[in-house]
Amino acid sequence: MMKEYRLATFLIAALALLVLPLALQPFGNAWVRIVDMALLYVLLALGLNIVVGYAGLLDLGYVAFFAVGGYMFALLASPHLADAFPAIAAAFPSGLHLPIWAVIPLAALLAAVFGVLLGAPTLKLRGDYLAIVTLGFGEIIRVFLNNLDRPINLTNGPKGISQIDGVTIFGINFNRSLEIGPVTINSVSLYYYLFLFLVVVSVIICHRLEQSRIGRAWMAIREDETAAKAMGINTRNLKLLAFGMGATFGGVSGAMFAAFQGFVSPESFSLMESVMIVAMVVLGGLGYLPGVILGALLLAALPEVLRHIAGPLQAMTGGRLDAAILRQLLIALAMIAIMLMRPRGLWPAPEHGRSGVKSKTGVEA
Amino acid sequence: MEVLLQQIINGLVLGSMYALIALGYTMVYGIINLINFAHGEVLMVGALTSWSIIMLMQESMTGTPGWLILLIALLIACVVCAALNFAIEKIAYRPLRNSPKLAPLITAIGMSILLQTLAMMIWKPNYKSYPTLLPSTPIEVGGAVITVTQVCILAVTALSLALLMYLVNHTRLGRAMRATAENPRVAALMGVKPDTVISATFIIGAVLAAIAGVMYASNYGTAQHTMGFLPGLKAFTAAVFGGIGNLQGAVVGGILLGLIESIGAGYIGPLTGGFLGSHYVDIFAFMVLILVLTLRPSGLLGERVADRA
Repeated sequence: MMKEYRLATFLIAALALLVLPLALQPFGNAWVRIVDMALLYVLLALGLNIVVGYAGLLDLGYVAFFAVGGYMFALLASPHLADAFPAIAAAFPSGLHLPIWAVIPLAALLAAVFGVLLGAPTLKLRGDYLAIVTLGFGEIIRVFLNNLDRPINLTNGPKGISQIDGVTIFGINFNRSLEIGPVTINSVSLYYYLFLFLVVVSVIICHRLEQSRIGRAWMAIREDETAAKAMGINTRNLKLLAFGMGATFGGVSGAMFAAFQGFVSPESFSLMESVMIVAMVVLGGLGYLPGVILGALLLAALPEVLRHIAGPLQAMTGGRLDAAILRQLLIALAMIAIMLMRPRGLWPAPEHGRSGVKSKTGVEA
Repeated sequence: MEVLLQQIINGLVLGSMYALIALGYTMVYGIINLINFAHGEVLMVGALTSWSIIMLMQESMTGTPGWLILLIALLIACVVCAALNFAIEKIAYRPLRNSPKLAPLITAIGMSILLQTLAMMIWKPNYKSYPTLLPSTPIEVGGAVITVTQVCILAVTALSLALLMYLVNHTRLGRAMRATAENPRVAALMGVKPDTVISATFIIGAVLAAIAGVMYASNYGTAQHTMGFLPGLKAFTAAVFGGIGNLQGAVVGGILLGLIESIGAGYIGPLTGGFLGSHYVDIFAFMVLILVLTLRPSGLLGERVADRA
């Protein structure tokens, strides 16, 4: 009885997710775009949740991996490298346009390498020291992206890289609408399905990780590293694994972001982005998948929605309160208010029994 | 040689501002283990408040000497920032004292965004040119130049540091602060009121940030609502560099960081054959930080903290 009920809810939810873009399409592509971006943020939040939520390593430079993935895709699937380097132009006369099957694994791999690179010198650090080093790492990556346009033009500097190819899978070009019989699926909706697929796969991976030996080891490290070590957990390898895994998610979503936007610039990878992703994970519920997804959806989509209905408000306040300002204001107020009312997040993990350590389940510092 | 001397002077000026800001971070961290992300924004509010006061006074009281205007603006900025930081602690941090550790960090980040947005609405987003109120004729020292403003910055920093050290080491409040930092529970048993001490810490930190903000704006001649971010971030780096929670460490870390940045910016171009230019200056702080922390995870002067198990 109970099982059938759950199955029904699941089917209804799945169906709703599948028809959502088709239902939104008539109202304009902007709305579907919002949902697409929200899904990308869910992907990022899921990745960061591995590092912060499971392993308890506060990473304030997560956006660096997002940037690495994004730029990797941008370089390998746009005319930029061929324009900048004659040698490459000679080898690939029509520009470098590697297929997605090559770029995505490369982006993931590169991001993972960067993750381990960041993780290795920070193994001994704890809590806030780690936070500031990761933050610095994020800034270093951004400054390099901003300045590597000379002496050799690798990243095109603050102007960013444009004309990035879209995704093409099994001959379907995601940048064009697809017609299946009477139904027309827009480009943005196609991306929606792609991102939804990625999110579902990621949720499954995360869920399996959480239940696995590795996941339990991470949580042991989070709760008490010394004790975890005493229990025979190889804390060094597992922390590096957490960094690498989290970074992989960041890299893949970065590549997706580049393909979706067709343009990347250092501006999209500011510290503020990192902070937002941390906020999503913490606001939703650290280390608990439904909470993390909720947090990401809320913080990513709600302000965008508000931006669209903020016109009248702007008129009312004589232009002083425009949409971008309102968005920032609301995010700030939401962060403060939600934390004051629910310090463990909107949808925190259910507690196991009554262990009496309620207040200590945060990140170890 | 003149170049080196000039860079050292610039580095000292920059470093003393970092030191003042870093003290605010390190004191708060020492007592309640929180990275007060809104600290940079307090500096920004201090600078912009003083800018408003200066504009107002230059208009209404023509003929008042520049240094007096600056002094009055500085004092008012200190009061405003102290009140602001007091309120921030009360609203955003106090209710979360026994919550999971990340919760107050998130409210701190929220506060930072909130203050920036409010400042943008109040002061408009454009860059404001901050007037030079002290004599602008530079003084020559062995081939290098130093402005009167910079001399004042060094003097005010030294004075503030001396006052702070006296306050922390030789007064009742200072003793209460040290005791609370050491062990809040035992301090409370000894009759220290933790809430009062924490409020006092935030007020002192805010005053230092306000002073640094006015200095920063008058040294660079501009003020804007985003100006607090980068100095805030670097000052925090300086605090970690010196060993967070340690007052001397914050000062040493701040000044060293200022020196490294300015000497590095002067020499990185020639050293790397023009491959890396001075626009990489913003990452020196982090490079140095990562190096130091890898070799000495608790900072230069930091004590080895036992694991809380």
